[in-house]
Amino acid sequence: MTAHPSTVETTRPPFWRDLRVLRAFAQVAAVAGAIFLFRWILGNVTTNLESVGIRTDFGFLNGPAGFQVANSDFEPAQPVSDVILVGVRNTFALAILGIPLLTIFGVLVGVARLSPNWLVSKAATTYVETLRNIPPLLVILFTNALILLLPRIQEAATPFGWFVISNRSISVPWIANGSGAGTYWMVLAGTLLGAVGIWVWRTRRSDASGEPHHRVLWSGLFFIGVAVVAYLLLDDPIALSRPELEGLVVTGGFLTLANYVTVLIALSLYTASHVAEIVRGSIQAVAKGQVEAANALALGSFQRLRFVILPQAFRIALPPIINQYLNFVKNTSLALAIGYAEVTTIVFQVIGNGNPAPQSIVLLMAVYLTFSLVISLIVNYVNRRIQYVVN
Amino acid sequence: MAATTPVQSSRRPSAPTFVQWSRKNLFPNWYNSVLSIIFGALFVWLGFSLFRWILVTADWEIVIRNLTLFMVGQFPRDELGRQVGSIILIAAAIGLLAGAATANARARAMEAGLPFDISTPRDWLQRFWPMLLLVVILLSLTRTITPTLMTIAALVVGVAARYLGLYLPSAARRRASLIFAVLVVAAVLVLWGFGGVPPDRWGGLHLTFVLTVSGIVLAFPLGLMLALGRRSTLPAVRLLSVTYIEFIRGVPLITLLLMGIFALGFMLPPGVDPSSFVRILVAITLFEAAYLAENVRGGLQGVPKGQTEAAQAVGLAPWKTMRLIVLPQALRSVIPAMVGQFISLYKDTSLVYIVGITDVLYVSKLVNAQPEFFGQGLSRVTLPFVGLIYWVGSYTMSRESRRLEKKLGVGER
Repeated sequence: MTAHPSTVETTRPPFWRDLRVLRAFAQVAAVAGAIFLFRWILGNVTTNLESVGIRTDFGFLNGPAGFQVANSDFEPAQPVSDVILVGVRNTFALAILGIPLLTIFGVLVGVARLSPNWLVSKAATTYVETLRNIPPLLVILFTNALILLLPRIQEAATPFGWFVISNRSISVPWIANGSGAGTYWMVLAGTLLGAVGIWVWRTRRSDASGEPHHRVLWSGLFFIGVAVVAYLLLDDPIALSRPELEGLVVTGGFLTLANYVTVLIALSLYTASHVAEIVRGSIQAVAKGQVEAANALALGSFQRLRFVILPQAFRIALPPIINQYLNFVKNTSLALAIGYAEVTTIVFQVIGNGNPAPQSIVLLMAVYLTFSLVISLIVNYVNRRIQYVVN
Repeated sequence: MAATTPVQSSRRPSAPTFVQWSRKNLFPNWYNSVLSIIFGALFVWLGFSLFRWILVTADWEIVIRNLTLFMVGQFPRDELGRQVGSIILIAAAIGLLAGAATANARARAMEAGLPFDISTPRDWLQRFWPMLLLVVILLSLTRTITPTLMTIAALVVGVAARYLGLYLPSAARRRASLIFAVLVVAAVLVLWGFGGVPPDRWGGLHLTFVLTVSGIVLAFPLGLMLALGRRSTLPAVRLLSVTYIEFIRGVPLITLLLMGIFALGFMLPPGVDPSSFVRILVAITLFEAAYLAENVRGGLQGVPKGQTEAAQAVGLAPWKTMRLIVLPQALRSVIPAMVGQFISLYKDTSLVYIVGITDVLYVSKLVNAQPEFFGQGLSRVTLPFVGLIYWVGSYTMSRESRRLEKKLGVGER
């Protein structure tokens, strides 16, 4: 009557319609294609470099760099690998100050955009809509044009005798180590650990008994107290060093190059406009019921923001904000346009000194990929830590 | 019951007077009053300085003398007629597409029995005032009548094309994007073909537009492939796509541009030496594809699984399921995100400045090297001018993208 079931089972489609065969074939083809393309490019690079007599390995990293780097004790005779490390350090110097700056400013502007005060919110909106719609490179170039308005080094401004400001460099007072400074710094590090311990202790105690924790007061007083006592005992281990202008050289203090300040300010302002938008969106994403509940508890507007809205908005905002940090780090490469010696500028100079371009740029990309990888690992870790666990 | 109605209507709040409004929005308590005074003073001072700078202090001579350079770079001056022809063709293309799109939307609304408001000139003014302002500013800086005549011609052609698009027969209307593409290709041919000017000699704002549009258009197929690859059930294909996307997204565009300028020649067979234009276009395309892929992936993930299952239930092959069911829905929902990507690329093309390609930003550097303007710090005039051009394009597009988002009901479906 009906077909025998076994004939249905044994009928396999022909191999060109067999899904398993097709899947295997597609993957092998894709991988083979990728490998072929890669080999082809590599082969071309090798042939081309050899035909013009440029080496094809990374041995150039051991050769002398042959150029100096501003505001660094790098010697031209040192190898290329060292100068690239100087560049990485300078990129890092931008990130370490820029990220806190842009975060603080971005959060302030983002909160201001939602202010009930019409003028404040309009000011924040103007700022965000202006900066967000202009290329970051243009912001850097324009800031550079403004910084060039500062006096020349010969006529550097010295406000209050504490700063030396010129269009070449900007110096701020800094700590100078005297005798016994090493001991003092170690004491301070130990005290900091102690202060953190006190902080944790006060928090736990407050959680357990409900008495006010006063943790800022406790650990602050402890830290300051020990720092002052140690300072007196060690007989002036550190001192404040003022920058001073001697001819064309600034001595003492801490010297930052004008183009470092340019990139720092320009990129922080630019990225802050993006952070502000994220902050605004996150605050608006906090459920309306939370605000109403805070009002029902008669919290003031500051308390409402500090204890109810911001902690929740923070969870929503953090991953995209860290993404903006990554963008900031990638955008520091624009410093090439005004010659601040971060890693892209350095690699550009390395290539200009006759070192092979393909390898140098691959190395540069590897540097940025490392930055990206580290930051995305942080994002993943933070995401796991701060998200509510919903089961 | 009857008595309450008039009471309510009489209590309807009238528009607040300025004093009421400012008491609520500016001076509700002491610290807001302080803030209002500080920011009010700041606004007045900034506005005053800005206007004084624009109208009195700044010397716009450098822009006026070099306006053609800003617009088209080193495009041969005796071939400028080609630019005029191509601009008019583009205006026709945009007008036709806008008209046909409106007509299509109206037809769909009528089929569904929904009301449809056709946009009035007032709506257009509200949407595109920054662009109009820019055009007026640019024309006010010209020294001859030709650019004004060209703008008027382009406007007339554009408006005429829009009406043509509105009343096209429906068969032609549905192929409006094809007509659009043909007109754009014609515009390129007018510039390049018939013994014209090759892209290597294009420059200024024109080059910025060309790089943005061709970057997106060329990157789209690659981005689509990568997005499908990343969503593929084949592990090897997925791995390759993810590697590519994450690699590109992990490095700054400038490294790819450097790669294009300094190293692309080494990667090709000996003897092949692409022009700088091709080199940066390759870099931009490879870069943009990774970001577009992520956008499209978002759209693909947003298509409910039921759609695929329904397609399988009616017996569609996997390829047809993707092409006829999933992709149209996915792509429709990512249009706003892709406009956003378009805006980023528009801003990112300025990076070609660093490798010495004459885009509109680089012209600002060029004119400051001219003997009569050298060393006077006039980049403080040219950079805001270029910034305004970028701002207008980017701001208008981002507002349009928000409008599209609302219109398409992304997330509401």
